[in-house]
Parts: sequence; C-alpha cells; structure tokens
Amino acid sequence: MLFGFPITGETVAYFVLALIIITSGVFLMTLRNVMHMALALGGVFLGVAGIFIILGADFVGIVQVMIYAGAITILMVFSLMLTHSRRKTDEEPEAGGLRGTVTFIGVAVVVGAILLVVRKTSWPVSPTALQPFHQSTVLLIADALFHTYTIQFELVSALLTTALVGAVIIARKEEQ
Amino acid sequence: MALQPFLALGAILFGIGLYGALTKRNLIIVLISVEMMLNAANINLVAFSHFAVTPNVDGQVYALFNIAIAAAEVAVGLAILLSFFRIRNSSDVRDVNLMKW
Repeated sequence: MLFGFPITGETVAYFVLALIIITSGVFLMTLRNVMHMALALGGVFLGVAGIFIILGADFVGIVQVMIYAGAITILMVFSLMLTHSRRKTDEEPEAGGLRGTVTFIGVAVVVGAILLVVRKTSWPVSPTALQPFHQSTVLLIADALFHTYTIQFELVSALLTTALVGAVIIARKEEQ
Repeated sequence: MALQPFLALGAILFGIGLYGALTKRNLIIVLISVEMMLNAANINLVAFSHFAVTPNVDGQVYALFNIAIAAAEVAVGLAILLSFFRIRNSSDVRDVNLMKW
C-alpha cells in the first residue's frame, strides 16, 4: 500500500509524475537563472502531459506536449533571450521580506483549504473508472467538437486568428 | 486510483503558480506562473471527465479549448512584453505603469 492506494503501475506512475511536477514547480520558484526556470517549466508541462495520459486522455496529453512543452516553452525562452536586461541594478527577482512571507502564508491557507475540502467531500465513485472509454478518445473528441461544440470551436478559431493578428500588430516596430 | 490525488495535485500546482504570479518581479515569470495555474485547471477538468459517474469526453474538450485560449494569451502577452521592452528597456513588473493614473 502506498498512501492508502494499492501499488499498481498506475499508482507508481502517478506518484513519479506528481513528484516531477511539484519538484519542477518548486525549482521554478526558487532558481535565480531565468533560463533554468524555463527548463523547469518544460518539466512541469511534460509531467502534466503524463498525468493526462494516466487519466485516459491520450489526445489531450499529446496536444499538451506539442503546444505547451513544445511551442509555449520555446516562445518563453525566446522572449527571455530577447528581453535579457543588461543592467544588473536590481538583483531582487521577487518581492522579499514581509510581503513575500505574507503572500506565502496566504497561498498556503488557500491551498490547505482546497485540500481539506477535497479530502472531506465524498465524491461519487464511478463503477467503470479503470477504463471509462471503450473506444479511442480521438473519435469521441472529434464527435464532440464537430457535433456538440461546433459554434464554440469556430469561436476559438476566430479568437486564435484575432490574437495572432493582434500580436503581430502590437509587437511590430512602429516606423515614424 | 481515485479522484482525490489528482485534485490535490491540481491544487498544489495552482498554489505554486499563484505564489509565483503574486511575488515574481519578471513579467515573463509572471506569465509562466499564469500558465501553470491554467494547467492545474486542466488537470481538474480531465480528472472530473475521467471519474464522472457516467464518463464522457466533455471535460477533455473543455481542456482543449482551455489550451487554445492559453496559447492565444501567451502570444498576446509576449507581444505586449516585447513592445513594452522596446519603450522602457525593462521587463520588471514595477516599471509597467504607463496606464496608471
């Protein structure tokens, strides 16, 4: 038994992935070098992708790897390189002292309350929790996207186009 | 496995992201922290869709929408950051006071 759960491959994979995610997250908050922080970010995103695959959402897991671990991490690294400040006057990367401590305590209280609620609530138990989907989730997601959520899907594509054009216009160098 | 470990993981990841977004001084790190909070929400969505009494794929579709919105947000946020860096030569949160009254 591992924290009250029987030792199966799924449980071991869950704990390894949770360890990777939380360790990378803590590294992300404590490291000083911004480039190392971006690498830790990749660790967080890959761990979350593994959690999705444990949960039977293989398509969402692959999308997570492609978009988050691939595109967004690289974009963050690029912008870190582009905006690397040469002046080293302010070596303090975060709010220190009393404000940092108060923020930490506040966040700890919020997370503790959420964990307590998660523990106290009796969640409904699914009888088919081991293998809930009897066919490929890609087919199910395609069916849901193009039959049930067609309008939302089109709205998201319109939003992506708008965001792309807006990003190009905002980041463009203005010629006087 | 049960539902609770995944919800707990989501809560902890959200807490790490919240702390970073509230205390960090670098704009890019704040954006990264926001991304981590969105990821925690995605974990919860997919976990609820997996452990629902009648399992369905709706939670995964919401998670996909969420990822698309997050990608758009990062693109616009980094564009604003680059434009800001060009004016002020800084990526510090405290310097972003152009529209402050």
